[in-house]
Order: sequence, then C-alpha cells, then structure tokens
Amino acid sequence: MGVKIEVKNLVKIFGSQPQKAMLLLDKGLSKERILAETGLSIGVNNVSFTINEGEVFVVMGLSGSGKSTILRCLNRLIEPSLGSIIIDGVDITKLKSKELRQVRQRKLAMVFQQFALLPHRTVLQNTVYGLEVLGVNKAEREKRALERLAMVGLAGLEHSYPDELSGGMKQRVGLARALTNDPDILLMDEAFSALDPLIREEMQDELLNLQQKMNKTIVFITHDLNEALKIGDRIAFIRDGSLVQVGTPEEILRDPANDYVAKFTRGVDRIKILTLKDVMKRPQPLVQLRDGPNVALRVMKEHGISSVFVVDCTKHLQGLLTADLALEARQAGIENLYDLDLLNVPVHNATVLVHDILPIIAESKVPLAVIDDEQRLIGIIMAGSVLAALATGGEPKYVSSTAGAVG
Amino acid sequence: MYRLPLGQWVNIGVKWLLNNYGHAIDVFSTSIREMIDALKNGLNVVPWWLLIIIVMIIAWRARGWRLALGSGLGLLLIYDMLLWPAFLETLVLVIISAIISIAIGVPTGIIIARNNTINRIFTPLLDVMQTMPSFVYLIPALMFFGLGTVPAIFATVVFAMPPAIRLTDLGIRQVPADLVEVGEAFGSTPRQMLWKIQLPLAMPTIMAGINQTMMLSLSMVVVAGMIGAGGFGAGVLEGISQMDIGKGFENGLGVVILAMILDRICQGFSQTARMNKQKLNKKTLKKTFNKTA
Repeated sequence: MGVKIEVKNLVKIFGSQPQKAMLLLDKGLSKERILAETGLSIGVNNVSFTINEGEVFVVMGLSGSGKSTILRCLNRLIEPSLGSIIIDGVDITKLKSKELRQVRQRKLAMVFQQFALLPHRTVLQNTVYGLEVLGVNKAEREKRALERLAMVGLAGLEHSYPDELSGGMKQRVGLARALTNDPDILLMDEAFSALDPLIREEMQDELLNLQQKMNKTIVFITHDLNEALKIGDRIAFIRDGSLVQVGTPEEILRDPANDYVAKFTRGVDRIKILTLKDVMKRPQPLVQLRDGPNVALRVMKEHGISSVFVVDCTKHLQGLLTADLALEARQAGIENLYDLDLLNVPVHNATVLVHDILPIIAESKVPLAVIDDEQRLIGIIMAGSVLAALATGGEPKYVSSTAGAVG
Repeated sequence: MYRLPLGQWVNIGVKWLLNNYGHAIDVFSTSIREMIDALKNGLNVVPWWLLIIIVMIIAWRARGWRLALGSGLGLLLIYDMLLWPAFLETLVLVIISAIISIAIGVPTGIIIARNNTINRIFTPLLDVMQTMPSFVYLIPALMFFGLGTVPAIFATVVFAMPPAIRLTDLGIRQVPADLVEVGEAFGSTPRQMLWKIQLPLAMPTIMAGINQTMMLSLSMVVVAGMIGAGGFGAGVLEGISQMDIGKGFENGLGVVILAMILDRICQGFSQTARMNKQKLNKKTLKKTFNKTA
C-alpha cells in the first residue's frame, strides 16, 4: 500500500498580504495575535500528513477548525499559501491551470455537503457532468453514468430532477457523479452531515460497501466522531488549523493526544467501537496438552477456578478442561491430555466488535476464547470483564484479574 | 469662482468624434437603417389580420388563450383607431433596439460578472446611462445620425441597455458558490463553466433583465418621436402640439397595448419553460412509481 497523497507543511492564510502573517508565524506568534495585529486569519497552520492508497482518511474537527479548507487545498479550490501537496508523486501546488484541470478531471472527484446538484439538469445529466467536461461522447458517458447510478441504488430515477429527490437520494446522485469519472481519490466534504441520522447511517454503510468493491482513496471531512470512527481507517484531528493527532480509531480512543481529542472521545458510544481485543482478559492460567490432569487440577485450585483452557505448544486452542473431567481422567489413570475429550468452546476473532456478540457473551456459561488471525489463543472474554470495560470506558487494554473469576 | 468647462469639453469631444470617425458612423448608421427598412418592409407585406393572428398564436403558446384573446382585441383596437402604420413603426423600433441592447448587454454582463476590475469601471457608467435624462442622448444622437429612426434607436439602446447588463451580471454572481465549485472540482474550463453552469442558472434573472430592457425601449418611444422616429411617439407629440387630447390619448393607448403584449409574452415564455419542466418531472415520477409498484 503506497502513499497516495502527501501533504507537507501546508499553510493557508486568508487575506491580502499573507507574507506578513507568515513572518509572524515563523516567529511563533499565536493565531489570535496575528489576527489582531495584521487582520489576516490563518486557515491552515503548517499541517503535514500522508494518505495511503486505498485508505479512508478522515479529517475531523469542529466547524471553523480549517478541515474544509484543507480538503479544498487538495484540489486547489482554495489556493494553498505555502507547502506542497504531492499526489502520485506530482506536486499539484505547482501545476498550471490546464494541468490542474486534467488532474481534477481524472484523479480527484468531490462530494459536497449540500449535495450541489445542478438544478437545471436531470439526475442522469448531473451524473455525466464530469465525463461531459472530459469530452467523452454521449452514448459512452450515459452508459457509464447509468452503471454508477445503479451501483448507488438509483436505477430508474435517472430522468428525475434533483428537486424531486430526498436528501439521501440527492447525495447518492452526488456520490454517483463523483464515481462516474472513476477517480483515484474521492474528496468528501461533510458529505453526510446534512442528512438525518438514519439516512446518514445508511449512507455510511453504503460508502463502506462501495469502498470494499472499488478501493478508492477517500478523504472524508466530518465533525462527527462516531462517523469518523465508523468509516475511517485513520483519523486526523484538526484544531484551529493545526493538526492535533493522526491515528487509527483505536489509537485515538486509547490514548488521545490531548484534552481536545479526549473531550471528543468521551462522547463516543463505546460499545459500538470496542473490539474483543479491547475487552479481553489475558489468557491466564493455561494448561498444555502434554500436562497431565494433576497439573491441571493444581492450576485450577491455585487460581480458584473450575475450568481451564487447554492449548498445544503453539498456543492453538484445543478445548476447555473442567475440574470434573480432570478428576475423572485422574481416576482413569490418564497421563496427559492428548487422549481426553475436551469441551468445545466457541472462538471469536479479536477484531470482532463487542457490540455484535454481546448476547453470546451475556449468555455463555463458560468464558469465550479470543483468537488472532493465526488461530492462536490470545485472550478470554467473560461477561464481567466486558461490563467492567464498558463502565470504565474501555481504556485498559487488559482488565485486571479481579474483574471476574472464571465460572 | 472658476467654472469647470465640462459642457465645452463634451462639445469638443463630440465634434472630434464626428470629424475623425464620421465615416465609420455613417457606415454604422446606414447598416442600421437598412436593418430597420428590411424589417419594416417585411412587416408591411404581411396583411394586418395575418399579423394579428400570428401575434395571437405566439401569445397562446406563451401563456394561453386569455393572453391570445387580449392581444387580439388590443391589436384590433389599434387597427380600428387607424394607428396600424404607427404600430408597425414602433414595433420595429422596439424590436431592433431590444435586439441591439441584448446583443451588447448580455455579453457585457457576462464580462463584468467575471472580472471585478471591469465591474468597478462599469458600475458608475451604468448609473450614468440609467439616470441621465434620456433627452440628453438625443442631442449627440442627432449630431451623429441626423433626424430619423437611427438616432432614436441609438438613444434608446443607451437608455435601455443597463438592465440587461446589470441583471446578467447579477444572475451570474448569484449562482450558488457550491455549484461553481462543482464546475471547478470536475475540471471545467472557464467556457464550460459559463455555458453549462453559470448561464443556465442565471437564465431567469437574465430574462428579467431582457424584459426590463424591452419595457424601457418602449418608454423611449415617445421621446424618440421628438427626433423624427415616427410611430406612436410622433402621434403623441402631434397631439400635444395640436392640443388634440383625443389623438394624444389614442397614441398613448397604443403604446400601452404594445407594452402589455410584449411584457406578458416575454414573461410567459420564461414561465412556461419552467412549467414544462415540472410537468415532465411529474410524468417521469409516475413512470418510476409504476415501475417499482
């Protein structure tokens, strides 16, 4: 996965003499003081980040934080004052207007907050706009537009006018229009913010769905952290035009860089974003197949538990051994656990969301086993530890062992 | 106190123009006169009743049978008052002035909408054109073109063009910023932006400007009569000089009838364009509902 977009030291100063503000910025003056002294406002203050190919990169911040300005610098709807923006190895801040138009036509497409559909054009005519500008012939561009419209679930509505569509449908048109040129990069400016909550969730799912099929690089602007966590592979926090933190949703939640980010993350509905990895307990104690029933019984006695997970020497889970079964084995004179019929336990991958298997966790009488991609046992889940994690906000990676004894 | 010789300067300027560009002005003048004559002769060939029917059909297409009926009755009244030749002359004057005003005004409006410097230069110029008493234009017009219809059209164009410029400018500037961004973001050339986004969206405002221009040219008709433009204006002036109230009224009524017909037809066309679109929309919606049902 290569780097698709690289933003280096991006600065945007609004006003007539940006050089003055740049000098003051270099001296380390604050945004407010520069505004007071020169009347110049700093939209983006020395921001650098990279976006990988095929990634959904969310830029998150409050209104006025400069996030939309950053997005518009990427396709130069707003001219950056300083810095470089390198897309596929080309610094687009240096392009002449003709070359810039070509990049906009072929590489970048934008989806707008207020949909921005052309009211004098039908859905189909709106969708073909990019190809029309590019000079693709009518039959070809309509064919491609109809494919995209079908993809976003608007087949049959191509001859309607935008004012007859609901908000969600309008944004589907906006999405189809952006996709029709088959751009590498989608720039989405608060694309779902104007929709009501149910439709917004629907559109988020739709976007993730499309993304799975098409694997575009998406730069998504939002002020809604839930949205950012749901669709973002990585999230960049912007405050007052400066970059505060970049990280995966988990990193952002687990250790917010400062109070600003923490304030955001406090409001998150945690259960929706916690994975089993976040709430699992370290798989202790364990017994191995070569251990005999006596060893197992002693371990259980030591830890005050009535059952224990059994693994092989590569940590692959073999099953659950209860105290009753261990006693029977001892009486039968079995030396090790290879020959024993261990209890099967349900296993779940560490990346599963807690939210999705909450009923199973609640009803299970034995602990759930958590495995990684190589099927190795890496943790166990108990109803008690999940509750504890939710209550404390899911911060501790491993819940302390007092959270629940194995039942 | 020193008196700024502003008036003298204007006189000198006009004389200079006459001396140096007299020939060009003559060519311009002749070509306009030929245009006027062609249109006038064309209209004269058409029998009066056929012209009334043609206008009624246009009115019916634009707005419906009521306007068609009203236009027909109004024109019959004009014919009945023996004002048909005056009507034709005035119609030619208005149509030619409006066409010239629009042909110059709309492109100018487009230019000043896209360039703030030119806009700043034009704004006071437009103010002058609109507020300067229209009689004032008659003097240089007379000097350039002599008596007749051509100076009348010149004065009318100067007076009637500003709304076409202003409302074209306004219409383009009022295009929502995010729609202009759409054009930019998809890599439109300035020309594509103009034809595919700005002009279609500005069209209702531009149409309002064109309507205003037509009405203003009509209002210049009487004034233009003073320099021998003929038509209803001449009739009104005769009425005044002969103290013939009846004659003045009849000619005045002629102007009113023509103004109302032109205004309603013009408005009608911009509205039906919109309504047709809506009708079409309902049809397609029904179709899709039937499809999904």
